[in-house]
Amino acid sequence: MDPLEAIKATFFQECDELLADLESGLLELEGGGGDIETVNAVFRAVHSVKGGAGAFGLEPLVRFAHVFETTLDDMRSGKLATEPAAVKVMLRAADILADHVSAARGQGVVDEAGSLRLVAELKALCGGGAAAPGAADDDDVVMVDSEVEDDGFGDFDFTPVLVEIEAPAATTPTWRIGFKPSRAMYAKANETALLLRELDRIGVCQVTLNADGLPDFDALDPEESYFAWDIEVETDQGEAAIREVFEFVEDDCEISVTGGVADAPVEAPAPSIDLELTTAPPPEAEPEAVDGDVMALLERAKAAAAELQPAPSASAAPRAAAAPAPAAGLHPADSADAKAAAGTTIRVDLERVDRLIDLVGELVINQAMLTQRVGESGLARSSTVSVGLEDLEHLTREIQDSVMAIRAQPVKSVFQRMPRLVREVAAMTEKQVRLTTEGENTEVDKTVIERLSDPLIHMIRNAIDHGLEKPHVRLAAGKPAEGVVKLCALHRSGRIVIEVSDDGAGINRERVKQIALDKGLIAPDATLTDEETDNLIFLPGFSTAATVSDISGRGVGMDVVRRQVQALGGRISITSNPGKGSTFSLSLPLTLAVLDGMVVGVSGHTLVTPLTAIIETLQPKANDVRLLGPNGAVLAVRDAYVPLVDVGAVLGYNKGPTDWTTGVVLLVESEVGGRAALLVDAIQGQRQVVIKSLEANYQRVEGIAAATILGDGRVALILDVDALIDVRRKDARRSATPPAARLPLAS
Amino acid sequence: MSNVTSLEKAGLQKVGRRRELISFRIGPQEFCVDIMSVREIRGWTAATPLPQSPDYVRGVINLRGAVLPIIDLAARLELGDTDATARSVIIVTHIGPRLVGLLVDAVSDILTITEDQVQPTPDIACDTVREFVKGLLAVEGRMISWVALERVLPELEAEAA
Repeated sequence: MDPLEAIKATFFQECDELLADLESGLLELEGGGGDIETVNAVFRAVHSVKGGAGAFGLEPLVRFAHVFETTLDDMRSGKLATEPAAVKVMLRAADILADHVSAARGQGVVDEAGSLRLVAELKALCGGGAAAPGAADDDDVVMVDSEVEDDGFGDFDFTPVLVEIEAPAATTPTWRIGFKPSRAMYAKANETALLLRELDRIGVCQVTLNADGLPDFDALDPEESYFAWDIEVETDQGEAAIREVFEFVEDDCEISVTGGVADAPVEAPAPSIDLELTTAPPPEAEPEAVDGDVMALLERAKAAAAELQPAPSASAAPRAAAAPAPAAGLHPADSADAKAAAGTTIRVDLERVDRLIDLVGELVINQAMLTQRVGESGLARSSTVSVGLEDLEHLTREIQDSVMAIRAQPVKSVFQRMPRLVREVAAMTEKQVRLTTEGENTEVDKTVIERLSDPLIHMIRNAIDHGLEKPHVRLAAGKPAEGVVKLCALHRSGRIVIEVSDDGAGINRERVKQIALDKGLIAPDATLTDEETDNLIFLPGFSTAATVSDISGRGVGMDVVRRQVQALGGRISITSNPGKGSTFSLSLPLTLAVLDGMVVGVSGHTLVTPLTAIIETLQPKANDVRLLGPNGAVLAVRDAYVPLVDVGAVLGYNKGPTDWTTGVVLLVESEVGGRAALLVDAIQGQRQVVIKSLEANYQRVEGIAAATILGDGRVALILDVDALIDVRRKDARRSATPPAARLPLAS
Repeated sequence: MSNVTSLEKAGLQKVGRRRELISFRIGPQEFCVDIMSVREIRGWTAATPLPQSPDYVRGVINLRGAVLPIIDLAARLELGDTDATARSVIIVTHIGPRLVGLLVDAVSDILTITEDQVQPTPDIACDTVREFVKGLLAVEGRMISWVALERVLPELEAEAA
């Protein structure tokens, strides 16, 4: 690749990350959380995009980013309040910015009109002012952000780009202030940040945080005050002015004010961080010595951040003391999240990881083959070969787990794409929607992540379009006009569960039933439980939208979502509470590469059944099985009749009926068809198998999910339990329905 | 194949494109495929049958970790099922993006031909021949049919959704 192209590719990768940061920052602000540091982070993101774009001469992107940045700068300097209306505009601006980035990358086009409209809106936010570039073009401003403003050293991962130290002007007297607030000061709802900001108004400040008093995490009292600050302020307003700042807290803190000498050389300059608080003018008298210390300072900051890493919530503690506001409870989690995302990372080409995974997969197969061969050769279990082999097995398993962990990624990357979708769909449907997310750091295999996005988009669209009511309907029902869609991810028994819930009207069961009847999806006399009725919406050919809307009715319904999810080895279900809302719940395997399976024998063939589908196994007695109709049979399981599926017959391995008394039954649960009993000949054991696609070299086979390679080197097929039950059901329906009324079958 | 044009330009070719073909036997008849589409040739191993597949699909085997479908070429060409023995051969070929094994009786030769040696398939009434044979070759008195590889896989099901 052309080196410039390579750099450009890196730039775009970074853009993706920056845009994600931008959006999450804005969302934090929108939610009422966030502080000046969040605004700074948002500003930096846009600024970095602009800077990079400038280097590559991406004019339209630069122009838009510039306007955006200018507005953000106003917000940063406090001229523009972080009120919801302004943030909403900025969120839309972030969307347009993302479009510009895509366009610059050669993907998609920018809605020029929309872009211009937003430029106008942004400029209007700036107070209609002609974009004053001066403030925004801060390439020449010292920007090493300090956290003194905030609570903490929690976010030491700042990325200062340019550090410029001005020559000392040496005219203003410098005052040195030692400030150590006590517990009582915070208890009276005073805040250091405000004091420092006040101080900054009277002169140029250099603030150094002294966190030496911070005890170990376990000794930390969340309400105690541990921090002290050393402040150097250049001002000619005299000591009185400084004292005045601290007037209200002087009884609750230790404070010392010394100096006042002009041109005071700073002896042994403490590593200090220039603080850009509000509209700080460029520092006038920066001690020269600091220049050389900046690197050392950065090192120290890094070291500090590293030191603090093990106890991320420590940063929360002083804040809890400093600001016992309602937001305080929220913030620690956020900063802990941010911390989890940080850390040392490398970028690796996905292909290399995939190659590694493939190799490890083969290693597992080979190791299993070797074990089997050694077993066959009749060596004693205590022989050194067997013992060595056992070690190898452990090692292999560990390598496999570690490699899988490389691919594991937080679902955040998918969740982050959703707020924009929600905004767009909400605008289209004229509904007010707030999206809340939970468990963004839940990890799952990359392949799952990639394929998660489509079903999620569908589910969210569906939740907004069909689930939530229009504002006036909501108000009439005594609910707030703004609907809430909640997206939540969690690990549950070796699977990842993702829930999309809304607080809308819930499923209109009568209507669903009627539609299913009209479309011939259910028999007129069918009696369905509420749950079964809810799940009718997953049937192919079902769409409740009376008119095909632009959002949900695009020819794809929930059946497509279900297919996508099933293709991933997942399940989807819906629970609904009339008037209160519905919850889609999506359960997926953590990885698509390995599967815990039950190895069974069917008519001389070896098959693997996913363990997750199996509820129990049992040996049927002759009188447990009842014939039903010409060729159906059910199995009595504790007074319930479960349809019996003869696997050998469905897969065409054997022609005649199987003698069920000699076989074993796997009681399975499918997401769609409820329970079923799969009749097999024998169970051979339980094993973790590496999933191999059949589609790669062949094509989909109905009733078969994938293939795997067993210890003897032969290929075994993995059953697709849901499809197996479905096949049987379709066969039954086919023979039961007259041809004219037959459904167009999906495959 | 891709460098054939440059060969032509270099004047190495005067009469048509040069092709290398692998010929193999199914019963008494001889067939061939382009050598560039052949990845390897291996002995027969028992395949795992696939349910609900056409009868010329013998199943799948493990090719060093990949799942390889095996097509019984004799059955595909409607010449009767191959009675696979230890002497049968699987020709592993690229068909589009897929890797597919062809079960044949034996591999016989590597032929170097020019394209003008390929005769069009005679217009006889047999659909199978028209479908699977894209030309005939006369080599040392033997008639060899050139198999149209892209046809041997079952028609891909139109994946709904």
